[in-house]
Amino acid sequence: MKRAVLFLTLTLLIPVSVKAQPTGDLGLVVERASGSLLIVDQSERARIGRITGLGDLSHASLVYSPDQQFAYVFGRDGGLTKVDILSGEIIARVMQAGNSIGGAISDDGKLVAVSNYEPGGVRIFNAGTLAMVADIPTSSKTIGLVDAPGNRFVFTLWDKGETWIADMSGGSPQIIRITGMGENPYDALITGDGRTYIAGLFGDDHLTALDLWQDIPQPRAILQGYAAGRDGLPVYKMPHLEGWALAGTDFVLPAVGQHEVLWVDARSLTETGRTPTHGQPVFAMARPDGRHVWVNFAHPLNDTIQVLDTLTKEVIHEFKPGPGVLHMEFTPRGHEVWLSVRDAGKIMIYDTETFEKLREIDAESPSGIFFTARAHKTGL
Amino acid sequence: MSRLLALLFCAAPALAGEVAAVDAIALERLVRQDCGSCHGLSLKGGLGPDLRPDALQHYDHETLETVILDGVPGTAMPPWRPLLSEDEAQWIATYLLTGGAE
Repeated sequence: MKRAVLFLTLTLLIPVSVKAQPTGDLGLVVERASGSLLIVDQSERARIGRITGLGDLSHASLVYSPDQQFAYVFGRDGGLTKVDILSGEIIARVMQAGNSIGGAISDDGKLVAVSNYEPGGVRIFNAGTLAMVADIPTSSKTIGLVDAPGNRFVFTLWDKGETWIADMSGGSPQIIRITGMGENPYDALITGDGRTYIAGLFGDDHLTALDLWQDIPQPRAILQGYAAGRDGLPVYKMPHLEGWALAGTDFVLPAVGQHEVLWVDARSLTETGRTPTHGQPVFAMARPDGRHVWVNFAHPLNDTIQVLDTLTKEVIHEFKPGPGVLHMEFTPRGHEVWLSVRDAGKIMIYDTETFEKLREIDAESPSGIFFTARAHKTGL
Repeated sequence: MSRLLALLFCAAPALAGEVAAVDAIALERLVRQDCGSCHGLSLKGGLGPDLRPDALQHYDHETLETVILDGVPGTAMPPWRPLLSEDEAQWIATYLLTGGAE
């Protein structure tokens, strides 16, 4: 009975705002089909609110303000929305382009940049008001937009194989253009220390790394020819690269067109191993301590998760949470992981040591899960 | 309405016992969710091009089916033949060309 009353109370509370609550263990889950966000509490393993009216959130992502109170949501329809996770309200919203694909917040928290497919390029906004402060046309779809130390943003041009570094420290963008990144870069990441930027390529048989500590970074091909001599397998979903790559002394990266995960030494960037996987990897995410790497897969094998051991580089656990595992998010110290299982309409929470399922939370077509701890991580 | 047509489309051959039935609901889901990975959930385009009818005017039905089944070599469009039957590709081509997604 008590349980029933609690459940009823929680249900009734869902549309109501979250008041006077610290935000350090909260998070947001994108509900892609309904254009809404669930506010979740990591410690309680519960949903505690919902924010609606955010437009087309297919493939949406978000970043947090440094105080972890606000999130900036990048919708596929070009909408940039600032939400307050305490009040559960939309604070500001602009339609800044026709079709966008993610964004970043500057190291000082004062600027938000959005990467656009249509019309292409990057636009930069005041994080307080969402007034536009810079427009950087590129005549190309832009991908892999991240923040870098020194009030910089880094992004890459799908159609041109260039990476641009926009230095905003002087107020207006100072651009460094780096050509020769490779054919059709589909996504990129920056490592947690802000030093290494790695672009994944669809059209070339390698990845490309930049050392952002150099004044003029030079593209360096890594994992050159990793698929040489092998037929390319169909890629039904492009992998995602995110700043979760460091596992022990290696970076772990998804292959494209091969069912494997690739490992390179984090200092020398030379190959240290490959792990055959169940399918085309989408995310290969190191647990925050780096001890394990969790991998999910492209359609039609997206019902499965594999867990790799960083020391042996072998698969140590495989399970099927359900159809459409789109995203994973670790709690900041890595003891639990939340999975969004789109077709089940559930978020599933697992213990990362025992692999025991701890809880399921109902959600409408959940995709990205974003915990507020991202506020304090470069590149997230 | 398009859902109804799709159901009829799906049911008729099954009754006739000729062509293998396609599961219209599953295919619509596939188009939205999985084609949508590159082309956008609303098919307005992403890394892959816009798939709304106006953007597909240069394709006849047969060519579009071939693109779905065999992909476009040299681009990110993969062949779906390993996952789809010709009937299913035909259904998807019709769905896209007639704006079933809108």
